[in-house]
Amino acid sequence: MARHVVAKVDELDTGKSKLVKVAGRDIALFNVKGEFFAIANRCPHEGADLCRGQMVGLAESDEPGQYRMTRHGELVRCPWHGWEFDIRTGKSWCDPARTRVKSFDVSVSKGGALAEGPYQAETFPVSIDEDYVVVEI
Amino acid sequence: MSEAQTLERPVEAKAKYNLIDCDIHPSMKTPAEIHPYLSQRWRDHLATYGGHTRQGLSETLSHPRMVPEVSRVDSWPPAGGPPGSDLPFLREQHLDGLGIDLGVLVPLRFNASGQRHPDLAVALAVAINDWQIGKFLEPEPRLRGSIIATQEDPASAVAEINRRASDKRFLQILLPPRSIEPLGKRRHWPIFEAAVSHNLPISMHVGGVGGHQATGAGWPSYYIEEHHSQVQTMEAVIASLIFEGVFEQFPQLKLSFVEGGFSWVPAYGWRMDKAWAAMRDEVPHVKRPPSEYLRENIWFTTQPMEEPNPAKNLTDTLRWIGTDRLMFSTDYPHWDFDDPRYAFKVPLTADEKAAIFAGNAVNFYGLN
Amino acid sequence: MNEMIRSLDSKPALSTVGAIDCDLHPASPATAALMPYLDEYWRETFIMRGVDRMSLAMTASPPRSPINVRSDWKAKSGFAGDTLEAVRAQALDPFGTRLAICNVLNGAMIMHSDDMAAALCGAVNEWLAREWLDKEPRLRGSIIVSAQNADLAVAEIEKRVADNRFVQILILAQNDEPLGRRRYWPIYEAAARNRLPVCIHAGGSNRHAPTATGWPSFFVEAYVAQGSIFESQLLSLVAEGVFHKVPDLKVVCAESGFTWLPSFFWRADKTWRGVRAETPWVTEQPSDIVKRHVRFTLQPVEAPLETDALTRTLEHVDCDDILLFSTDYPHAQFEGLNALPAALGETLARKIMIGNPLATYPRIAADFAKEVAK
Repeated sequence: MARHVVAKVDELDTGKSKLVKVAGRDIALFNVKGEFFAIANRCPHEGADLCRGQMVGLAESDEPGQYRMTRHGELVRCPWHGWEFDIRTGKSWCDPARTRVKSFDVSVSKGGALAEGPYQAETFPVSIDEDYVVVEI
Repeated sequence: MSEAQTLERPVEAKAKYNLIDCDIHPSMKTPAEIHPYLSQRWRDHLATYGGHTRQGLSETLSHPRMVPEVSRVDSWPPAGGPPGSDLPFLREQHLDGLGIDLGVLVPLRFNASGQRHPDLAVALAVAINDWQIGKFLEPEPRLRGSIIATQEDPASAVAEINRRASDKRFLQILLPPRSIEPLGKRRHWPIFEAAVSHNLPISMHVGGVGGHQATGAGWPSYYIEEHHSQVQTMEAVIASLIFEGVFEQFPQLKLSFVEGGFSWVPAYGWRMDKAWAAMRDEVPHVKRPPSEYLRENIWFTTQPMEEPNPAKNLTDTLRWIGTDRLMFSTDYPHWDFDDPRYAFKVPLTADEKAAIFAGNAVNFYGLN
Repeated sequence: MNEMIRSLDSKPALSTVGAIDCDLHPASPATAALMPYLDEYWRETFIMRGVDRMSLAMTASPPRSPINVRSDWKAKSGFAGDTLEAVRAQALDPFGTRLAICNVLNGAMIMHSDDMAAALCGAVNEWLAREWLDKEPRLRGSIIVSAQNADLAVAEIEKRVADNRFVQILILAQNDEPLGRRRYWPIYEAAARNRLPVCIHAGGSNRHAPTATGWPSFFVEAYVAQGSIFESQLLSLVAEGVFHKVPDLKVVCAESGFTWLPSFFWRADKTWRGVRAETPWVTEQPSDIVKRHVRFTLQPVEAPLETDALTRTLEHVDCDDILLFSTDYPHAQFEGLNALPAALGETLARKIMIGNPLATYPRIAADFAKEVAK
């Protein structure tokens, strides 16, 4: 793996993203509350540019009518179909749990965390070197 | 001539169209963009009374979407204006970007077909048809238009169709699936007659504000329901067309259902067939099983692409519908857009691809 | 009569002997027949107003239409399935049915006055118990309620629940609002509390058009629209979080068809991923929720049976638990005794006939357990 300088730290404000090209790859670079993350730009669903997606929080609920918004700005919604990806891990929310639930298995916990699923955006290690954002590919 | 030379000779010339997009949504930069095409009376009317449709909110869709302007977040033109309002950007991002040979405009703005004021409805329909020409069809040869026709006022709709029919840049007549009464009913038949007389197909694109609850079960609360409900609406229109005997009366009539997907079609045909088998005597004018009319007179655009899990299940659907009935569409710039490169997640033969991505539309629109 | 019917029919492709029929329709009672089961106020005012002479037949379910009466089940006078003799001879004996759930479709469920609706529904339930369940041990009942007033519906459920022969709640598919809306939740909570599934049966109040584009001209057209209504109802129940709020709830869709399920699943699952944030209590894909909580009666089987369509469709559905055997007597959904399409094969047919209904209806399962214990 090689380290590539992709941007100056002050080029990308918190809550913003940009497209950088590194070693022939399109990478979406995100500034999440001062921390930088890099994921492959191409949405694994149908190829949209994740760097153009809205950075949003995680909407959750314990029961109908209740709404909880946490992790502000830590998810990116694909600019096309709106699939949500955790910027830190590249994992998509909203995918089927791997095991099929059997009929009338009411022991399935309600209000459980969303299953993280097979759709995953590739992530790359990011570090800050003085004033520069560095991505390892 | 040597055998090698014979084998290398191309079988046929390159097709004129390789990629036809049957659903592009054009927009205005601002509502005033329509003004040159409206008389002062109607400019004043829109500035004061505004639109008057059969729903609660006057300026917006009944169920807010998840993104502004229902559109892809990356489709806002850098020069300003909402998605679909800037021809240069439309060319760059969409027509050039995807190599589209022909794109069919489906204008939804202003909701002409849904206006309760009958004269406003006609004025808007005429204006939007003129606007399509001025803003898109004149400057961009790859784009084609849809004739907005006010279905609640069939006489005016026919007049507008007759007026536009000789302009071959209009490929189809646009009617909304949601109307006051199901569109198969006889009072709408003059529109079908006009369509057939001019060899124009009719396109039904999701939407319309017919004044009825968005599902037969009542008004849904959430967008996930509203989005899906358009499928059930299309089902109802298809049943109406078939059971009213529209295709017996107008066997040459061609219809497309746009932006509803297609995987629901086979089971719906089976359902209609089974019901018809038991209750044919109620509708003796329906001489053949409903699925036969479905197969002969109706086409479907592919978006939003169905995504079964496993993907290969789609192969059955394609076999049941017939790959000759499907026409590719992107729904640009809307959020549930399909990219022609990645939309199909099952293998298609070269012939199937050629048919779905262009050939079927060529037949449907009579481009050959 | 039995012998004649049996000899007219060739042996069915798959035997139905031992089946639990999850959708059987005794003819809806004439209003006059309900009078003994109403209190003084209703009895007297109904006589005064002529309600006792009124038919409460529903537009959504014309009782003599060809779909609602198979020609060989037509009554000489009266309505198909209006006597115990007819039901035994036509719906129970020839099929070898072990148990059948009676779904009585009566306009009581759609009267505008909440109290009138509740009184009439109560009378229908009492009538069913006295004149059918008391007299034929193979029959079980559904508690009909008018969904429009949840409190009154719950009161009827709580009143009726002590009679173990009532095995589910019955509501119609089309109501004032989509069935997932919160006003209906007390009904689901009462059902789940009492371990009774809620059966949503084709038909409805027709208080608004049965399609988003207005009123179909023809009954055949409206009948077809009823399937679409079920799709909207399923999505409503899922999106509103009913199964999240009431995790023990089971729903049975009766006379809904089921071959539309794969497309419904594909579309609902795909859309959900993009719009999840609006209904964040929906934490798994809609198809998984439906497969866990919802069952579908077998009739009508809407697929060309001479092709592989049914087999392929069931593969797409990918849930052997989901179908419940039904004849839908006296509706015209199949010929002779061929209630089970051959394509199902014996193993799945048996599951549909017995295993799945037992898993769905705890009261029926308890009956079976008692019998085994004897």
